[in-house]
Amino acid sequence: MSLRYESTIREPLINGTKDFHQVTEDIVRPIEGKPGTLWYVGLYISVAMLLFGVFAVFWEVYWGIGVWGVNKTVDWAWAITNFVWWVGIGHAGTLISAILLLFRQGWRTGVNRAAEAMTIFAVMCAGQFPIWHVGRVWDVFFIFPYPNTRGPVWPNFNSPLLWDVFAVGTYFTVSVLFWYAGLIPDLATLRDRAKTKLRKFLYGYFSFGWTGNVKSWQRIEALFLVLAALATPLVLSVHSVVSMDFATSVIPGWHTTIFPPYFVAGAIFSGFAMVQTLLIVTRKVLHLEEYITLGHIEAMNKVIMLTGSLVAMAYCSEFFVAWYSGDFGEGGQFWWRVDGPYWWAWWCLITCNVICPQMFWFKKLRRNIAFTFYMSIIINIGMWFERFVIIVLSLYHDWIPSSWTYFSPTWADMGFYIGTFGLFFTCYFLFSKYLPVIAIHEIKHVLRVSGESYKQNMKSIETQPLPEFVERVSREEHISTGVGALR
Amino acid sequence: MPVKNFVVGCFKEEEGVFKAVKRVRTSGFKLHDIYSPYPVHGLDEAMGMRQTSLHTAGFFYGLFGVIAALAGMAYCTVHSWPLNIDGKPHFPLPSFIPITFEFTVLVSSVGMTLTFCWLCQIMPGVKKHIFHPRQTDDLIVMAIELTKDSQAEEVKKWFADLGAIEISQQRAEEGWWYGNFSMPAKYEQELEAGHPVTS
Repeated sequence: MSLRYESTIREPLINGTKDFHQVTEDIVRPIEGKPGTLWYVGLYISVAMLLFGVFAVFWEVYWGIGVWGVNKTVDWAWAITNFVWWVGIGHAGTLISAILLLFRQGWRTGVNRAAEAMTIFAVMCAGQFPIWHVGRVWDVFFIFPYPNTRGPVWPNFNSPLLWDVFAVGTYFTVSVLFWYAGLIPDLATLRDRAKTKLRKFLYGYFSFGWTGNVKSWQRIEALFLVLAALATPLVLSVHSVVSMDFATSVIPGWHTTIFPPYFVAGAIFSGFAMVQTLLIVTRKVLHLEEYITLGHIEAMNKVIMLTGSLVAMAYCSEFFVAWYSGDFGEGGQFWWRVDGPYWWAWWCLITCNVICPQMFWFKKLRRNIAFTFYMSIIINIGMWFERFVIIVLSLYHDWIPSSWTYFSPTWADMGFYIGTFGLFFTCYFLFSKYLPVIAIHEIKHVLRVSGESYKQNMKSIETQPLPEFVERVSREEHISTGVGALR
Repeated sequence: MPVKNFVVGCFKEEEGVFKAVKRVRTSGFKLHDIYSPYPVHGLDEAMGMRQTSLHTAGFFYGLFGVIAALAGMAYCTVHSWPLNIDGKPHFPLPSFIPITFEFTVLVSSVGMTLTFCWLCQIMPGVKKHIFHPRQTDDLIVMAIELTKDSQAEEVKKWFADLGAIEISQQRAEEGWWYGNFSMPAKYEQELEAGHPVTS
């Protein structure tokens, strides 16, 4: 009944001979079964990391920001670096779930649920840094504009730091809504299959009484589409606003108009790398190779290559402007990046972000899982260094040479960062055990047109060989319009 | 909500359902609803439903968001505590755009999602009758409400002719109620015990 037609040449989105029931079984299997030893080991390590992070944060709150490596010159360092890094990682999830939905990219269905979950967890991790770095964290609510007895004193609505609060807060909320709205029908599937009382109760409670009637499907699809349309400019605005934290200042290395698009490209770049890291492991452990296919991995590698090249272009234009502007401070700052005390950070960044992703021009490497996995980790290291280079390397040589310094992190800096990894992976492990990592209803929706078994049964549309067909068309064109005569 | 009698037919393929929907509109049966594990495009039109107005609601929530954000910031910086910073304007519109945009998106998405839940009557703790446990798995389930003009046997035969793979007769509550899915509803317990509930 579907009016859509998909080329028989295009790679199937779902491999293997499957019907709807088989799809449900495959995706639900890890939820209904017992998790393996690997899952427990992973979860325990994550929780241990999280607890270490909690201790590091407790130490920081108890003693103050002084336990970090920041000093008078470098007054922003790891906390803001890690914040930008985590927020950036989140961007791939929204790109997959929202932008690819608007562009009607069928391949998003295999990866969107996990990618959106990753977005939510990454933004949760990112949010920790601005919250705890304020020092007196019990006063953090001062940031919100609420009527108070101190004047009233209102926050400064002209400040990009306040824009950040609104941007990241909205981003988190909208991501959660989008993700959860998509989960409701799948939770209903789990509920109707549940054998134990507890599962029936919990999945029943969280599926909100969804039945899958026609009107609800019509409404939920409208909801997805409009949320996607809202999330698309939102995700671009979030990292633009994050970049304005720097770009609106007058510090050499920060004060540049290229920052918003440069940050957005970098965010998508690192986000897709994280999606690859997670999904390559997930598909293997949960046996979902037929849903997250090599085609998916290749498609994401193409995005990585594109955004990686954009980022490389941004680096070049930064250097060009530093030279072309003739600004002394700017020129010095950029030269020190290449050949200053932190040369290793900058060269690491160039190796990881500019040189490595160019390997993806080769189809063989784009479709090589082990290579993609290593590359995804390299890219995320590179993207962390990008933020470190922008932040610390613009601050450590300030306007007074006597205050020049070198930043080194302390254990509390590192502990906080490790703790957010713990938070991220704890959430991801729980998600992959208790919720479907692939959107079941969306897979069923594309199965009929893009599943391998359905494609095999597709009738051939055009039996004529291509050269004959082209010749016939050009002959007909020649007769009807006479255009061919000009060729 | 009243408890009613239904005849339920399950289909494996979309084609069968579309055929059934076309026929039901001329057959005189009262179509209750159709349940599917994934959105079947075109079924809403075939059933004669209009397009949802959720988008329009989203627009108006967004409009409210714009006005609320601008008005709120104007109240703070112009009326409540105007600060003179280098003689800059109290209401600098360009630098208020980011927050206005974010707030618009926030209000619009939250409002639309809540409206969606309200319209679909879904909420934590809400329970509805599930006609077939596989309606969220692989079957498209069509429920026809029995009225005084339609006999159960007649509808069952009608379903069988259309190629429904499973046909059953059920007594069920029509709408939603508070409850959990781990235990049967009160009316279901009464039905079990053999006290037929009058509609």
